Amino acid sequence: METKEAHAENPKKNMLTLFYQFRELGLLFFIILLCIGVQIRNPSFLTGENILDLATNTSILVILSLGMMIVLITRGIDLSIGAVIALSGMLTAQLVAANPSINPLLCLLFGTVIGAVCGMVIGLLIARVGLLPIIATLALMNIFRGLTFLVSDGEWVSSYQMSDGFVALAGGSFLGINHLIWIAVFFCLVFFYFLNYTRTGRQIYAVGSNPQSAAVSGIKQGRVLLLVYTIMGGLSGLCGVLWVSKFASAQGDTASGYELTVIAACILGGVSIAGGSGKLAGVLLGAILLGILNNALPLLNVSPFWQNGIQGFIILLAVIVNAIVKRRVDRTHLLRRAG
Amino acid sequence: MEQKKQTYQPRTLETQLPFSWKRLFFQWEWMLLLILVAVLLFGSYVSPYFLNYPSLRDGTMVFLDKALIVFPMAMIMIMRDIDISVGSTVALSSVVMASLYTTAGLPMEIAIVACLVTGAVCGLINGLLIVKFKELSAVIVTLGTMILYRGIAYIILEDQAAGGFPEWFGFFGWGYVFGIPFLLIVFAALAIVFGILLHRTTFGRKVFAIGNNPTASRFSGVRVDRIKVIVFMLAGLLAAITAIFLTSRMGSTRPNIATMYELDIIAMAALGGVSTAGGKGRVVGVVIAVFIIGYLQYGLGLINMPSQLFLIIVGALLILSVAIPKIGSLMKRK
Amino acid sequence: MKKFAKWVGMFVLVCMLAACSQGAPESNGASSNTDDGPKKYAFVFKNTGNPYGEKMQEGFESAVKELGGEVILRSPDQPTAEGQIQIIEQLITQKVDVIAVAGNDPDALEPALKKARNQGIKVLSVDSAVNAASRNIHVNQANPERIGRVQIEAVSEMIGGEGQIAVLSATSQATNQNEWIEWMKKELEKEEYKNIELVKVAYGDDLRDKSVSETEALLKSYPDLKAIIAPTTVGIAAAGKVLTDKGLEGEVALTGLGLPSEMATYIESGVSPWMYLWNPIDVGKAAAYTAYELGEDNISGELGEKVDLRDLGEVEVVEDGEGTQIMLGDPFKFDKENINEWKDVY
Repeated sequence: METKEAHAENPKKNMLTLFYQFRELGLLFFIILLCIGVQIRNPSFLTGENILDLATNTSILVILSLGMMIVLITRGIDLSIGAVIALSGMLTAQLVAANPSINPLLCLLFGTVIGAVCGMVIGLLIARVGLLPIIATLALMNIFRGLTFLVSDGEWVSSYQMSDGFVALAGGSFLGINHLIWIAVFFCLVFFYFLNYTRTGRQIYAVGSNPQSAAVSGIKQGRVLLLVYTIMGGLSGLCGVLWVSKFASAQGDTASGYELTVIAACILGGVSIAGGSGKLAGVLLGAILLGILNNALPLLNVSPFWQNGIQGFIILLAVIVNAIVKRRVDRTHLLRRAG
Repeated sequence: MEQKKQTYQPRTLETQLPFSWKRLFFQWEWMLLLILVAVLLFGSYVSPYFLNYPSLRDGTMVFLDKALIVFPMAMIMIMRDIDISVGSTVALSSVVMASLYTTAGLPMEIAIVACLVTGAVCGLINGLLIVKFKELSAVIVTLGTMILYRGIAYIILEDQAAGGFPEWFGFFGWGYVFGIPFLLIVFAALAIVFGILLHRTTFGRKVFAIGNNPTASRFSGVRVDRIKVIVFMLAGLLAAITAIFLTSRMGSTRPNIATMYELDIIAMAALGGVSTAGGKGRVVGVVIAVFIIGYLQYGLGLINMPSQLFLIIVGALLILSVAIPKIGSLMKRK
Repeated sequence: MKKFAKWVGMFVLVCMLAACSQGAPESNGASSNTDDGPKKYAFVFKNTGNPYGEKMQEGFESAVKELGGEVILRSPDQPTAEGQIQIIEQLITQKVDVIAVAGNDPDALEPALKKARNQGIKVLSVDSAVNAASRNIHVNQANPERIGRVQIEAVSEMIGGEGQIAVLSATSQATNQNEWIEWMKKELEKEEYKNIELVKVAYGDDLRDKSVSETEALLKSYPDLKAIIAPTTVGIAAAGKVLTDKGLEGEVALTGLGLPSEMATYIESGVSPWMYLWNPIDVGKAAAYTAYELGEDNISGELGEKVDLRDLGEVEVVEDGEGTQIMLGDPFKFDKENINEWKDVY
C-alpha cells in the first residue's frame, strides 16, 4: 500500500527529494537570511547596480575557487596562488607597459601561460618528486613572491602605462554585464562539463576519494595531479592579468594572502580537505557568500573595527549551520532508505 | 606510479621500533644538523659580525619568539590537522593583557595570567569546534577563528596602541639569566618538556597513533577527542606565551601584531620533518629547523640581503631539503 | 656505506650552495668591518616593493654617497613592526653609526631603538615618526597640520563649500593617516565649512580590492556624496578607478595624497582635479643630511638647532610633542598642468 501512495505523489516528492539532496542547503538558506538582514539595514544592497558590482568583484574569486576545488578534491592544497597572481600580473603589466600596442587577448594568453608554467612546476614537484602539496606550495609561494619583487625592483606599473584596450579587459562590459562576470560564467560551464562528463574529470574524483583503488584501476595518478596543478596555475595566471586590468595597477604585494580566501570559499562550499568530494554549486555558493560579506560589510555602516569580528563570526556560523543542516539531510536520507 | 609503493607501505610507530645504531645515524635530523652547520659556516664566511658568542646569542632573540608555537603546531600536524589561527591568538591575548593593564588598571601579574587564559580559551574553542563538528576540517574552523580572534582584538583596542608596562616586563623579551637570553632558556625548557611529552609519554604515543590512523586509534580506546582538544589548547597557550614575549619586545601592542605568523610556523615544522600527512615528526628536528631558518635569516640580514631574496632562499631550502632524499630514493629505484 | 656516501654528498652540495650564493653581497660586508672606515648610515623603510619607499631610499642613498658615507638600505617584506625590530637588531650587531627609520608603529620599536641608542647609535625617524623616547629627531615630510588642513581647503573649493564628504584611509592602525584625519576634522570645525559634512571615515587597508569595495559602498550609502579624500596612495588610485568606471567624474570629486605615476590617468581625465604629495626623493635626501649631521655630532636634535639640508635649505629644529623634529615645506600640488612632468619621476 505504501508504495502505491508514494507513486501517486511521485512528481512532487521527486522535487522535494532533489531539494533535500542538495547538501549545501544550509548554506543557501544562510545566504538568503544574510541578504534579507543586510537589505533591511541598507536598502541599496539589493539594487541592480550593487548586484552587478558584487558579481564583478566576486568573479575572480569564483574562477580561482573552481581551480582550488579540483586541487582540494585530489587531497591537495595550493597556497601559492596569491603569489602566482602577483607574478603573472606584474610580468604582463610590464609587457603592456613596454609594448602599449599589444593585443589585450595576447596578454591574457601570456599571463595564463606564465601561471600554467608556475603550476606545472608545482605539479612536477608533487606528482613526480612526491612532495606534500602544502610544503611544495608554501615554499613556491615564497619563491614566486620573491621573484615578483625581483622583476619589479620594488616599482609598480601604473594605469598611465597601460593601454586602454588592456584596462578594458576587466573594465569593459558586454550587454551591460562586465567582462569578468562573463569569464566567470564561462569557466563555471566549462568546469561543470569537465568534472561531470569527461573521463579526466571523473578521474580527478577517483584519485581524491581513493588513491589506491584509482591506481589499481589504471588511472595515471601522477598525470592527473600534474594536470590539476597546471590548471590551477593557469587560472591563477589568468586572474593575475584580470586583477591588474581591473585595478589598473600592478604591485609586488598584489593578492597577498588571497589563497586563504579562496580556500575558505571552497571549504564553505562543502569541498572536503580530505579529498574526493566537492560540487561546483557548493563552491559557487561559498564564493558568493564571501563576496556578499565583502560587499555588504562596508554597506552596513558598522564601526570599521567591528568588520573583522563580524566577518569571522559569520563564516563560523555559516559552516556550523551548514554542518547541522547536512546532518539533518543525511539522517532523513538514511531514514528514507531504511523505510 | 611511484606513489603506489609508498601508499602501500605499512605505517609503523617510530617509538615502537627497536633501537638500532644504524637507524639513529641515518635520520632526517642529521641532515638538518648538517644544513645548520652549513648555515653557520656560511654566516661566518660572509659576515665578520656573525660567528661570535654575543652575536649568536642575541640572534636567537630575533627569531625565537614565534618559534615557541612550533611545538604544539608539530603535534597538531602529526594528528593531520592544522591551526592557522595562532597568529590571531597571539594578537588577541596580547591585546587583552595590555588593555587589562592600561584601561582596567589591574596589576601586571594578573594581566599576564589573563593573557595565558585568553590564549588557552582560544585554543579550547578551536578544539571543541573541531571535535564537535567532525565534518568540518580544522582548516576552515581555524580560518574562521583566525578572522574572529583578530576581529575581537580590533574591537577592544580599535586604532589605539596599549603600552607603558612596568620596567620588569621588559625582562621577558630582552633579559638575560647568567648571560643567556631568558627567551632562549624558555625555548630550551619547552623543547625538553614537549620532547618528553611527545616521545616518552602515553599521551605522545596516542598523538602519533591518531595521526597514523584516527579510526583505528578510536576503536582501540584512544580518546581522540580529548587529546585533540588538549593539543589545540596547548597551541593557544603557547600562542599566549609568545604574546608575552612579543609584547615585551615591542613594549606596546596593537591589534595588528603577529600577522601571517602561522605560515612561518608551519614552514619551520615542515622543514623539521613533521609531515602534514600525519604520524611523523620529532621535536629534535623541529628545534634544529627553527635554528636553521632563524640563523639563515639573521646571517643574511647581517650582510643586508634584501628581504625578498630571503623569501626565495627559504622557499628553495624548504623544497631542496625535502626533495633531495626523495630524488635520491627515486634514482635508486631506477 | 652507500647511504653514508649519499649523506656526505648532500652535505657537500649544501656547502656548495652556500658558497655560491654569497658571491654578490660579500663585498658589502667585508669592506666595512673596521671602525676607521666610512661611517655607516642605515635606512629602514616600512616594507619592500613600495615605490614611495624606493624613491625615498634612492634619495637617501645618493645623498649619503655624496657625503662619503656607506649606505645600508633595509625593509621587511611585510609592513610590520616585528620585521623592523629584527632588522634593527641586525644593524646593531653590524655597528652602524646612524639608523633612519620610517616606523611601522610609533611605540613598538622603542625597546629595540633604545638598545641601539645605548650603544651609541644615533636614531632618527623619517616619514612615520617613532615616539620621542626612541629617537634623536624626526624628519617630517611636511607639516601634518598643513597636510590635513590643505585637503579640506581643496575639497571645499572643489565642491563649492557645500555637501557631504568622506575619507578613505589606509589601515585603522596607520598613525600618519590618523593624525592627518584629526587635522582635517579640526579644520572642518571652522565657520566657513559649516555646510560640509564628513559622513564617514572608511578604511581600505591599502589593499586594492578592499579599497574598491569601500569606495563603492560609500557611493551607495551616501548617494549625495560630493567628494572623497583619500590620504593614501593605494586608496586614492582605487577610488579613482571606481569613479572612472562608474562615470562619475565631475559629480564626485577626488583628492588626497597619491603618487603622480599612479594618479596620472585620473588627474588627466579630471576624476581628481588635483591632489597633493611631497617629493619622496627630497625626503630621503633630507633624512640623509640630518643623519650625517647627527653622525658627525654637529647636531644632537635639541630644540632651536639649525640643520643644514644642503640644496634643500636650512631648517630649524622645532618641537613635536615630547620630542623634536624638522619639517620640510608644504605638500606639493599636482594638477593637469604638472602631472605629466612628474608621472615618470615617482
